[in-house]
Amino acid sequence: MEKRVVFRGRGLPYLLLAPQLAVTIVFFLWPAAQAVVTSTQREDPFGLSTEFVGLANFRALLADPDYLNSLEVTAVFCVAVAVLSLAAGLLLAALTDRVVRGAPVYTTLLILPYAVAPAVAAALWVFLFNPTVGLVAYVLRALGVGWNFLLDARQAMLLVVIAAAWKQVSYNFLFFLAGLQSIPRSLIEAAAIDGAGPAKRFWTIAFPLLSPTAFFLLVVNITYAFFETFGVIDAVTQGGPVQATNTLVYKVYRDGFLNLDLGGSAAQSVVLLVIVMLLTVVQFRFVERRVHY
Amino acid sequence: MRRRVCLQAAAAVLTLAAGPASAATEIQLWHAMSGANTQRIEAIADGFNQAQSDYKIVATFKGTYAEALTAGIAAFRAGDPPAILQVQEVATETFMVAKGAIRPVEDVMKEAGEPFDPKSYVPAIAGYYTAADGRMLSFPFNSSTPVLYYNKDLLKKAGLDPDKPPRTWEQVGEVTKKLRDAGVPCGYTTTWISWIQLETMAAVHGQEFASDNNGFGGLDARLLIDGPLFLKHIGTLADWQKTKQFDYGGRDNKSTPKFVSGECALFTESSAGYSNVKTGAKFDWGIAPLPYWASVVAKPSNTIIGGASLWVMAKKSPEIYKGVAKFFTYLSRPEVQAKWSTETGYLPVTPAAYDYIKKSGFYEQNPGADVGIEELDPFAAAKVKGVRLGNFVQVRTIIDEELEKVWAGQATAEQALKAAKARGDAELKKFQQANP
Repeated sequence: MEKRVVFRGRGLPYLLLAPQLAVTIVFFLWPAAQAVVTSTQREDPFGLSTEFVGLANFRALLADPDYLNSLEVTAVFCVAVAVLSLAAGLLLAALTDRVVRGAPVYTTLLILPYAVAPAVAAALWVFLFNPTVGLVAYVLRALGVGWNFLLDARQAMLLVVIAAAWKQVSYNFLFFLAGLQSIPRSLIEAAAIDGAGPAKRFWTIAFPLLSPTAFFLLVVNITYAFFETFGVIDAVTQGGPVQATNTLVYKVYRDGFLNLDLGGSAAQSVVLLVIVMLLTVVQFRFVERRVHY
Repeated sequence: MRRRVCLQAAAAVLTLAAGPASAATEIQLWHAMSGANTQRIEAIADGFNQAQSDYKIVATFKGTYAEALTAGIAAFRAGDPPAILQVQEVATETFMVAKGAIRPVEDVMKEAGEPFDPKSYVPAIAGYYTAADGRMLSFPFNSSTPVLYYNKDLLKKAGLDPDKPPRTWEQVGEVTKKLRDAGVPCGYTTTWISWIQLETMAAVHGQEFASDNNGFGGLDARLLIDGPLFLKHIGTLADWQKTKQFDYGGRDNKSTPKFVSGECALFTESSAGYSNVKTGAKFDWGIAPLPYWASVVAKPSNTIIGGASLWVMAKKSPEIYKGVAKFFTYLSRPEVQAKWSTETGYLPVTPAAYDYIKKSGFYEQNPGADVGIEELDPFAAAKVKGVRLGNFVQVRTIIDEELEKVWAGQATAEQALKAAKARGDAELKKFQQANP
């Protein structure tokens, strides 16, 4: 029984939509169109000479081993960040859900990291893990672990994944907790009476009922790992060592802003746009079907 | 609503503040001098503004060099660039080829009728910013050069003379070995791998980092970093990395904490790193010239510069250019130079300013502060003026990346330098094609 408002003319609805449409056009569609145009050009940084080169920038991109490496790095990074932050968020939510006394305190503390700006969060991680002055690095060295993420590609990846995921755990935690709390108590109690233990109750009742939340969070987390982790990578590794943490978004920044290769950078943005569109389509068409609502 | 009130209030305050000087022509200067240097550059602008009343320099901090560069370029594309933009030395070639975007400093000075003699600047500094036709294109504002910092306490601990820092790379090998034997965790570390370990290292041996006179001859220049001197030097550092006689500490100047915390005893860094070391180091330290290979040359040539220069952007009015010229004349004054140089550790850009500082007794009170300028041989014609390449930012990053494989033990010096040459040359070729 949906309630629909029906407008008589066409003028009013368009007028009401206009502000939102204007924002979308000015801040999303227009820049995206600009990126598409720039991606077909070869231009000097100052815009003094512009030459149309068709798909040359894209061909150069696909022939560039650094770019293919960046694709791989991004895939690993996104999956790792999404899995880690979802799993940690779910675990913490499940544990907090069972806390009888002082739950608001735990909840507040667990949400706090979300209020920290990405660059600041990254700075904290750098201070902890800096091979020379970092506290954790000091402990690791005392334990006999050769910690130097400035040289070790795997350690660098591990560090940026942890730093990026840490920030997102709060967000996931909040949604999972809300999801858990909206599950009718009667279902859980009925299962308990039937003799199901806490683990069984979680996996057979709570978990399936959480799947809409989990699906939503999966989309949000992958988008986050794709686009919003720039600050973390810039502050911690700058894409290094070698190119071990040079994700697609970071590479766009490097090539565009530091290297002033506007055409190449725009071509990368366009590819990124297509990847995200595909990802969203895949998620909604295939993953959503298996979700219980 | 509140925001609007704030804005109005701010506007009112600004108008009031600008009141008496409102007749002056405003000249925008965008820079990337962070921390205490922001105030120092503003003090220079203030000094100029108070010395005359026709022009007003407005110095604005725009973030890192890369951010200031991006902001300046974006403003140019939008048709309203700042009159003066501070640009890091790596982007020099990018600006040199962009003829429609800049005004050569020498032209600006001459048109304004300001006294200007390119010869009155330190040749090793001015030469870097001078075009093939002999015109000085940008104003050398903040220049620095690599020097060796050393921890006297650690040298003592290893039974070495704390007042005799190693002068050659051969000695660095011996000293770092003794340091390691004495239990010092790291003998030597460095900042700016490409600039110090390849570009300047080659220069002090009178050799080239890139063909065509290090890129000064034109855009055909290609890297020469797979030559024997480079193989020897990087190969030696790679061997030392295994024994921690050398320990890589990251790109740019990220390795500074390794020296300042007392982990590494020797440290090569820009002369402008002086104030960082001074505020951070809790031990007795000194400054010495950059080492050289005694087996390659008997006497080292001059080092080369880094830092940034001030570029005059196109699309401004003649009146503004006149003010810019007057500002540059003011900037070249020995007392202005001296204040800037002694406070920041950047080099004095004219021999006159160097003399002025010398006479003030500053170098006697701050031993080692003159090592950098002395390395440049300020009164002689520079043998090597530096390295000027297109897409230089990329080339340096490529070198960082490939050599990281060496420090991690994944590649030999030869493999890495060959790979860096191949990738770097591709960038140079790309730049050449884009600027026919």
